[in-house]
Amino acid sequence: MELYEMTAAQLSEKLESKEISSCELTQAVIDRINSVDGKVKAYLTVNAEEAIEQAKAVDNKRISGEKLPKLAGIPIGIKDNISTKGIKTTCASKMLENYVPPFDATVIEKIKASDMVLLGKLNMDEFAMGSSTENSYFNVTHNPFDLDKVPGGSSGGSAAAVSAREAIVALGSDTGGSIRQPSANCGVVGLKPTYGSVSRYGLVAFASSLDQIGPIGKSVKDVAMVQDIICGRDKMDATSAVREYTSIADSLTGDVSGVKIGIPNEYFGEAIDDDVKTAVMNAVHELEKAGAKVCEISLPSAKYALPAYYIISSAEASSNLARFDGVRYGYRAKDYTDLVDMYEKTRSEGFGSEVKRRIMLGTFVLSSGYYDAYYKQAKLMQRKIAGEYKAAFNEVDVIATPTAPFTACKIGQNIDDPLKMYACDICTVTVNIAGLPAVSLPCGMDRSNMPVGLQLIGDSFCEDKILGAAYAYEKLIGGFAAPTL
Amino acid sequence: MNDEYEVVIGLETHAELSTESKIYCSCKNKFGIEVNTEVCPICMALPGTLPTLNERVVDYAIKMGHALNCKINRVCKQDRKNYFYPDLPKAYQISQSDIPLCENGYVDILVNGESKRIGITRIHIEEDAGKLLHATSFEGSSLVDLNRCGVPLIEIVSEPDMRSSAEAKAYLETLKSILSYLDICDCKMQEGSIRCDVNVSVHKKGTPFGTRTEMKNVNSFSAAVRGIEYEQKRQIAALEAGETVVQETRRWDDAQGISVSMRTKEDAHDYRYFPEPDLLTISVDEKRVEELKAQIPELPTQKILRYVQKLGLPQQDATIIAENVDLANFFDECTQKGGASPKIAANWLLGDISKYLNETGKTLGETKLTPEKMTELIGYIEKNTISTASGKKIFEIIVAEDKPIKQLIDDMGLAQVSDTSELEALADKVLAENEPSVTSYKNGKTNALGYLVGQCMKASKGKANPGMMKEIILKKLGE
Repeated sequence: MELYEMTAAQLSEKLESKEISSCELTQAVIDRINSVDGKVKAYLTVNAEEAIEQAKAVDNKRISGEKLPKLAGIPIGIKDNISTKGIKTTCASKMLENYVPPFDATVIEKIKASDMVLLGKLNMDEFAMGSSTENSYFNVTHNPFDLDKVPGGSSGGSAAAVSAREAIVALGSDTGGSIRQPSANCGVVGLKPTYGSVSRYGLVAFASSLDQIGPIGKSVKDVAMVQDIICGRDKMDATSAVREYTSIADSLTGDVSGVKIGIPNEYFGEAIDDDVKTAVMNAVHELEKAGAKVCEISLPSAKYALPAYYIISSAEASSNLARFDGVRYGYRAKDYTDLVDMYEKTRSEGFGSEVKRRIMLGTFVLSSGYYDAYYKQAKLMQRKIAGEYKAAFNEVDVIATPTAPFTACKIGQNIDDPLKMYACDICTVTVNIAGLPAVSLPCGMDRSNMPVGLQLIGDSFCEDKILGAAYAYEKLIGGFAAPTL
Repeated sequence: MNDEYEVVIGLETHAELSTESKIYCSCKNKFGIEVNTEVCPICMALPGTLPTLNERVVDYAIKMGHALNCKINRVCKQDRKNYFYPDLPKAYQISQSDIPLCENGYVDILVNGESKRIGITRIHIEEDAGKLLHATSFEGSSLVDLNRCGVPLIEIVSEPDMRSSAEAKAYLETLKSILSYLDICDCKMQEGSIRCDVNVSVHKKGTPFGTRTEMKNVNSFSAAVRGIEYEQKRQIAALEAGETVVQETRRWDDAQGISVSMRTKEDAHDYRYFPEPDLLTISVDEKRVEELKAQIPELPTQKILRYVQKLGLPQQDATIIAENVDLANFFDECTQKGGASPKIAANWLLGDISKYLNETGKTLGETKLTPEKMTELIGYIEKNTISTASGKKIFEIIVAEDKPIKQLIDDMGLAQVSDTSELEALADKVLAENEPSVTSYKNGKTNALGYLVGQCMKASKGKANPGMMKEIILKKLGE
């Protein structure tokens, strides 16, 4: 087995026993990037030299006998909307093509403090808006299971890089499914943590009340280990929760007996592909056989989550993206007659069409005379949906649904049909609307041999429960399949 | 002004709060420093940055709320006000829209000796924007200084309760005075610490209010007076000419003394307010609200009443002292701790002390004068240890130098002679030398008494106790 094929948990042991060095490992991953990224195109920036330097420094620390954090020396890829000091952070937009942040996001500070090695920056849908990574200004990323297909999105680069073994683990961001849906599409594990558990400071905002950074890995344990590093109260983010966190990775036992799993019928309707339903229910039965209690539940307002999501997220985006005005940084149009003309041309030329669509939608729903009809209604619906989830978690520990209604689409298949593209998020957005944690993990293949994702949703700050069930499933089936490239 | 008309004025006053750091980041809140030096990724709105609220801002605003008798909304939120302008890096200002921190208050103002109550609609917290710099040397472009971005502001919105420019001025003076009493604003008008937008309408008495205009760019209280007077004349002239007043935002041009239309209602911005998702709901516990209330000092209006009713000062004197927090505190120390006579202390403050401050441009705190010393000096005069004239000489020294008064009196030989036998000997000598005056006094010309006392004072080189001297002369003239 090649080093780049191993999980972070396995590599951590080899590094600690000095069987391998971080330099060897990092070099192996960089070589892998060099050999397959021409096909996958997951990376926007590869930080090769600095990564090797960093790996050397970690090795030196280890040689000198320093006690290092668990994931010290493990290479990690970062979605390109997370600010990295001195490394371009483009959000896959022409607007920020040459933007280099002068500061690190809080999660990057934590990653660095854990001595993890920063491999580079990963492709995404522009400003995290999209479900296929086709909205990147720079290039399309290809699904490692079928290069003609999309990797999902918006964290398509992160999911594809882990899937193609071009990164041991990666960070993505999830506003409406952007970690889970590409993880499902690429056959990897992705966690969208509870809103407020991971600092958003340094994450270029799409929809502030829904955005959350989270880990993507090849195994449940890897995801848990990275989550243990990045979670925590941050005084730089007023919305980060004030609470103590215990290790999720240490809590994973593989025992699922007595865990109550709820199946909401609303998530198994006509919009969901039959192969997906079958794979998800097979996985649930595996868990049931291992001792989990399965019951049907109802989340009647779930169908309103998608419209509520598109109203709230677009409204916030229209305001969050207003700062890209060509005045201080980023793209500025070349020829303009006055200030307003400069604004208009800069924003017309600097943003792609999906971003502009969301800005217009968001501007509309916040406009005087429309606010009450759209934004206010959507916020009311948000409260109702969150209430239904709360009630459900009085009955069950975990809610199981498909992550996405169908497996990865062909590149170009939906790009001109925004509504069809938005429908990819139908199973994931509710979780963001309710601020809950959810994990997507592979649960088999569909008829075209593309990975299907199982989504396990938990109550706030109950990452241990959903990852516990996911870990049990992973043990039961003996691990997840890798693509052949 | 045409007597048939009445003017209606409402004011929106912005005051910069004098907190150590800015409202949403840890940059220092400073004025007059090199451009773009107190800036950070947060106040420059770099992608990914987030605001965190400086709790002191909430405290300061609640204090103002208490001082203006407002209801404090212990639970309130912050909202985004969206608009594009190069001095606003986020392209939205964090402010408060439908739920302000404080609302439904009032303040009493004094105009021509009459008290009038002005309603306060609301007080909310928000952030200031940067400043655009325009100069020909920039070759057609403008530059932006972001030091002021994120400086905390409170916006105080009044009810349309004022009926003259004089009332508006008195209202602004009162707000300024309260802000300095609370020590929450520098109140430096020339630095823009207090700015206001003026809403003006006119209507014929006994008819409903007219259409209002909002005037921006009013940078001083006197400009507010000029702006209001111009605007009421302009509106009355329009109505008299059979035109209507257009609801619009106008810009006051103080140099030219005119207001010009900026935008009409149709062009008004749609600010698309919505709750700021990056910040939590503000929730202030009742205990904190009460603690802040307990910190509110006696405010100028209460002071004026006390000075007039309890201490017997004339209203005008009381007002001048009370509106200046430095003078008022000094006065209170002299009269309360030191036990100085309020009238004498007031005379010193409004006389020699004010004169000195005006001449030197200093504040009271910048002089060497302390309430203790002033009280001591007043005591020497009241006990006749020194004359009033000598007291003024000593004042001139102790206002500039830290010297003990007792020693000055000794060194300068200013102690008055109050020894009866010494004074009687002096009287005998002067009366003997001024026979004609003595005679004319005895013939009924009583003003000769003053001359004789004066001669005694002169002979004593001003050291004789004038009261005792007069009594002794009177006694001797009666013999």
